[in-house]
Amino acid sequence: MSTNDWPLWEIFIRGAHGLSHRHVGSLHAPDAEMAIKNARDVYTRRKEGVSIWAIESSAIAASSPEDKGSLYDPADDKVYRHPTFFDIPDEVGAM
Amino acid sequence: MYAQMVKSTGTGVKALDEMEPQERAFQERINAGDKIEPKDWMPAGYRKNLIRQIGQHAHSEIVGQLPEGNWITRAPTLERKAILLAKVQDEAGHGLYLYCAAETLGVTRDELTEMLLDGRMKYSSIFNYPTLTWADMGAVGWLVDGAAIMNQVPLQRTSYGPYARAMVRICKEESFHQRQGFDIMMTMAKGTDAQKHMAQDALNRFWGPSLMMFGPSDENSVHSAQSMAWKIKMNSNDELRQKFVDQTVSQAEYLGLTVPDENLKWNEKKGGYDFSQPDWDEFFDVLRGNGPETTERMEARNKAWDDGAWVRDGMMAHAAKKKAMKVAAE
Repeated sequence: MSTNDWPLWEIFIRGAHGLSHRHVGSLHAPDAEMAIKNARDVYTRRKEGVSIWAIESSAIAASSPEDKGSLYDPADDKVYRHPTFFDIPDEVGAM
Repeated sequence: MYAQMVKSTGTGVKALDEMEPQERAFQERINAGDKIEPKDWMPAGYRKNLIRQIGQHAHSEIVGQLPEGNWITRAPTLERKAILLAKVQDEAGHGLYLYCAAETLGVTRDELTEMLLDGRMKYSSIFNYPTLTWADMGAVGWLVDGAAIMNQVPLQRTSYGPYARAMVRICKEESFHQRQGFDIMMTMAKGTDAQKHMAQDALNRFWGPSLMMFGPSDENSVHSAQSMAWKIKMNSNDELRQKFVDQTVSQAEYLGLTVPDENLKWNEKKGGYDFSQPDWDEFFDVLRGNGPETTERMEARNKAWDDGAWVRDGMMAHAAKKKAMKVAAE
């Protein structure tokens, strides 16, 4: 077995002009150029995208599931951040 | 299915109040329809079972390229050839989506490949049968991919996020596979007597092995019960097999072909067909490695891996050289 494992890359595809790139999956490739070529073959065989980003998986920092509370709970009691919190009288019109 | 012999560890499904708090919280998330993601805590058995199941599924996609690849150079028209190429390329893609999903559980791609090549991991029994005529390309797409869809559609709702997402992608493409197969069957069934005969012969040979794809009856299996509690198996083998037969019989009738089962009969009471079980002795023999094409399939995979070694190494060497040049230039 080869010990020369190709690194893992995460692939992001822009589905259509005007949309942001979205994570679609990962693949192995020796370098960035091949990662994009492989991504083309693996993830866009049916015109699923107009642009590809590839980034080595090891370069991604991710939050932990355990941090969920400290990261997202503080938003629970801040409903005023949503426009629907405020009642605007009908006579004011669209706002 | 594509993972026919995934044996789970353990002795049966525990009730919620028998579980440790962490495991109980995990099971409650699954019961509530939550998706489990790679960094979430999961029981060791869940992880192990999923690696086996997704790995076998991935291997099946990869080995599954071989019986159809066999006919690419001999497709009857350029259009059929282009379609078959696209289909076989999709199978490679399906294998890759699934390997990626398995890798999120902590196994490496090379470990999975190694386990396939040395026989520690299995692939679906169906791919150990030969594809003798062009009509087999029709039968494989229609029946084998048709059976696969039965299993894969519900797996889009499986509890493990990466697996479910891979299934969504696969199912989108699988429908093309089944339709192109049925299209081949329609053309042959409407053709000359010799072509009709080939179509019937392909159905005769692939019917039993297609029914085997769902695996043996699992009504009383504790392994299945655990997998179903974990939502990594969504339906029983018998349930899916019945669904497949009910759907396929009318399609065969449309083609003017005869399903090779003299016991096949509509059962009004159950609202489905009664049918004969496939030859389970043959099934277990194939799983033990005695399928008609098993040796050839394993040789082909090993040869592809060995012959490709210099390419993989060369590309890594090139990548390392480019990286070094970039560092030197900075």
